[in-house]
Amino acid sequence: MTATVRAPAQSTGQVPGPVRATLLVVEGLWTWYRRHWRSTLVSSVLQPLLYLVAMGVGLGTFVDAGGRGARTVPELAGASYLQYIAPALLVAAALQNAAGEATYPVLSGFKWQKNYWAVTATPITPHQLAHGSLLWIAIRVAVSGAAYLLVAALLGAVAGPGALLALPVAVLTAMAFAAPLAAFAATTRSGGEGFNVIIRFVVLPMTLFAGTFFPVEQLPALVRPLAWVTPLWHGTELARGLSLTGVPPLAALGHVGYLVVWLAVGVVVTRWRFRVRLTT
Amino acid sequence: MIEDTALVRARGLVKRFGDFEAVRGIDVEVRRGEAFGFLGPNGAGKSSTMRMIACVSPRSAGELRVLGEDPDRHGPRIRARLGVVPQQDNLDNELTVRQNLHVYGRYFGLPRARVRAKAEELLEFAQLTDRADDEVEPLSGGMKRRLTIARSLVNDPELLLLDEPTTGLDPQARHLLWDRLFRLKQSGVTLLVTTHYMDEAEQLCDRLVVMDGGRVVAEGSPAELIRSHATREVLELRFAPGGQDAAVPLARELADRVEVLPDRLLLYTGDGEAALAAVQRRGVQPVATLVRRSTLEDVFLHLTGRSLVD
Repeated sequence: MTATVRAPAQSTGQVPGPVRATLLVVEGLWTWYRRHWRSTLVSSVLQPLLYLVAMGVGLGTFVDAGGRGARTVPELAGASYLQYIAPALLVAAALQNAAGEATYPVLSGFKWQKNYWAVTATPITPHQLAHGSLLWIAIRVAVSGAAYLLVAALLGAVAGPGALLALPVAVLTAMAFAAPLAAFAATTRSGGEGFNVIIRFVVLPMTLFAGTFFPVEQLPALVRPLAWVTPLWHGTELARGLSLTGVPPLAALGHVGYLVVWLAVGVVVTRWRFRVRLTT
Repeated sequence: MIEDTALVRARGLVKRFGDFEAVRGIDVEVRRGEAFGFLGPNGAGKSSTMRMIACVSPRSAGELRVLGEDPDRHGPRIRARLGVVPQQDNLDNELTVRQNLHVYGRYFGLPRARVRAKAEELLEFAQLTDRADDEVEPLSGGMKRRLTIARSLVNDPELLLLDEPTTGLDPQARHLLWDRLFRLKQSGVTLLVTTHYMDEAEQLCDRLVVMDGGRVVAEGSPAELIRSHATREVLELRFAPGGQDAAVPLARELADRVEVLPDRLLLYTGDGEAALAAVQRRGVQPVATLVRRSTLEDVFLHLTGRSLVD
């Protein structure tokens, strides 16, 4: 038995810089992902593709051949319905996945697995842990989104190269929603019942009514503002515009600005909630 | 730079949570190479003290230096040189045993090759080599605990903080763990242990403080504490519940001090056998008797009037 641990005159531990520390948190999460990615494939890539096929190909046949005749609905701008919803589903799926990643896994880090306390017992600070956790979600939805786009292109659902720009838009939209949600998860003490409420009564209606499948203008005038305040609508408008027709610069700036505000507030509050909870 | 021989130095250290004062002004000094203990019941303020020393909980008042530096100003720098074993295991249950060590080592800025080599060394130390590629979730409590300790050593810490290291383990797992900690101590690692088990404190600690209600009520080596706060031997007389009251006056005659517990009398005396003989001569008939050496449990009972484990 040669199990020895030598007397340490000097510890080997170092303090990683803030960027490196953030990337080390991502590396830790990547180690988990490398082991468990298969179980995440269905919800992150397959599900939006099923929607795309069912709605875009199935329902789209009726839309494109519908009452007013194919290619005459102004919003379609000459594209097929499949191409109309493809960028929107990219954004919606990114947002849904990011919402999932920002809730239970974050709460688990604090409450069930408690591994956040393990991380912040090292030189890594709560702020760096928050940054790394959010960055990891962004990377996840970016990779899933890219996989989705690839298959969508093979299905003929991508109208042109502008769809590539829809990917960063999807990531921004997803994080604009997920960052405040992570702050909420970091504040949650209960078993996360509130998350289901948000998924059912915010994320799902948002996906159905904030412009994914049909223009918001089809909604009664009274309800439209509800759609306009959602990050999803801004992301969808932007992604769809970039994919199909192009977006006026001022409108694009407005959409991006609105999403960036959500993201910035979310990041600041997440940092704060991580620090408060991990350093009492 | 003048080398400070104290790895931890606290003066008037206070921790408040709102109106509640968990730590009420304690003075502590931990020297390089020793095993130092915080002994006390649940709620004594041990874990709060430990978290302040681990630089994850800012102090409310008082002075604190860990490895010569101020946790408020240099938390990450101090934590880089600490090992922490928390009260509750917080391993990554969905990673393998080995991956837990790899990932954790990286947080200390260690190169991958260094982490890989260190992990193999620690797996052997924790006797987990044959479980290295298993996920953590199904491991026994003792194995998880050993992995948590192995993980805390990944950066070759100068000071190892262990919060209730064997709570919740069965006796065999505890002894195995103590053996590992003893090896660490032998190799010169400075240990800081909180425990509410007097046998753990006696086994591991060169020096300890007894804590109660957020204060330090005594300090010294286990032997010193027993010498100054208890007699050499204890005679325990066990009675049917309530039956002990009648024997109290006699017990007080025979012993230096008597503690009355719900089902027992404890007679503190230099010679337990002699006291037992005297008790029997006077016709007292306890259900059971025991003569034993005084322990830290007796010290705690004497200092606070209460048992360590309720």
